[in-house]
Amino acid sequence: MNLNATLFAQLVVFLILAWFTMKFVWPPIMKALDERAGKIADGLAAADKAKADLAHAEKKASDELRKARESAAEFRSGAERQVAQLIEDARAEGVRIVNAAREAAEAEAGVASQRAKESLREHVAVLAVAGAERILRKEINAKAHAELLTQLKSEL
Amino acid sequence: MAAEHAPNASEYIVHHLTHLNSLGHKQAALVDWSVFHLDTLFWSVSLGLVAVLILARAAAKATSGVPGRFQAAVEILVEMVESQSKSIVHGDRTFIAPVALTVFVWIFFMNAMDLLPLDLLPRLWGGVYAVAGHDPAHAYLRMVPTADLNATLGMSLGVLLLCIYYSIKIKGIGGWIHELFTAPFGSHPVLYPINFAMQMIEFVAKTVSHGMRLFGNMYAGELIFMLIALMGAAWAGTASGALLWVGGVVAGTIWAIFHILIITLQAFIFMMLTLVYIGQAHETH
Repeated sequence: MNLNATLFAQLVVFLILAWFTMKFVWPPIMKALDERAGKIADGLAAADKAKADLAHAEKKASDELRKARESAAEFRSGAERQVAQLIEDARAEGVRIVNAAREAAEAEAGVASQRAKESLREHVAVLAVAGAERILRKEINAKAHAELLTQLKSEL
Repeated sequence: MAAEHAPNASEYIVHHLTHLNSLGHKQAALVDWSVFHLDTLFWSVSLGLVAVLILARAAAKATSGVPGRFQAAVEILVEMVESQSKSIVHGDRTFIAPVALTVFVWIFFMNAMDLLPLDLLPRLWGGVYAVAGHDPAHAYLRMVPTADLNATLGMSLGVLLLCIYYSIKIKGIGGWIHELFTAPFGSHPVLYPINFAMQMIEFVAKTVSHGMRLFGNMYAGELIFMLIALMGAAWAGTASGALLWVGGVVAGTIWAIFHILIITLQAFIFMMLTLVYIGQAHETH
């Protein structure tokens, strides 16, 4: 255990080594560490952003889906309405046609019965005259009683 | 200590505790500034170079991408030092943090020399000495630089210089001198000499204890390895000797495992105290 000049040599070596470390060891390692910290921070930020983007996209997609569903429902209800309208129209048309046919038939039947009545009336007059002729035989002048018969005809 | 007889316990330890110095024999005076410990210088410079070159290699290959295991290990170390220095030193740390890293890795490497087999390198050195035609009994080599007070005090002196440098840099030369005379007791002419004396005691105590702590731990650790080695060496022939050999193996194992903790802890303590002392230089009273 002696003190000697080794002490100062060691001091100088110490300072030289420390200087070397400061110059060539410390800065590159700290730079790498800082850069990596930066990269990690960037990566985390990117991940956060991607997560936010994903949430945004999902929201947008669900919005679109909801909108599509709504418009489809609207479309379908419109179509249903239209179909119902068409059915309603067709039904009304049918009723109208039936009614018109019935009316026409009724009218035709009315005319026919009138015509039958008229011809019956003609025949009644002729039959009455013929009957009267047979009953009265020559006593009756057709011409003299024509007025009377016409009056009778109109009363039928 | 002639080559023909095996050294006794005392000779063995003295031999192992003698430095290879520029004199070629043991330094006589306690303090002699003309002498160098060649073994301490060789091992500390070599290990320092190994340490910084390993770190520089990691630094040169450092990428900000996915790190390999080696890079990750160095990064863990650097981040540990960075977080410690950040919490202790408030100011510009462009030099201080690298100093702390250097101190930690370098001292760890120097301390780790203690874990090499005690006689391995001295015996090899003895062989080299013998080949060169010298008496191998005079081939001294101590391989743990931190078990040399010169090395540890040299480093703590370096820390002291840094403390003074940063004191002046932060407070200005006037501010620092003012602080030397007014802290810790206050600004009063009567207190100036007391303050100054306290400051000087503080500086000396800090520096000496800083260096002595590491030296003491490593020196004591080395000494215990030597005692354990002596225990193992006593095996020759007798039954109690064989038991001692077993004891030596067991004790050596236990002490080496415990020493892994000590070398790391002492390197860490030296680094932390370096940061604390330099951090104190940054604080104005």
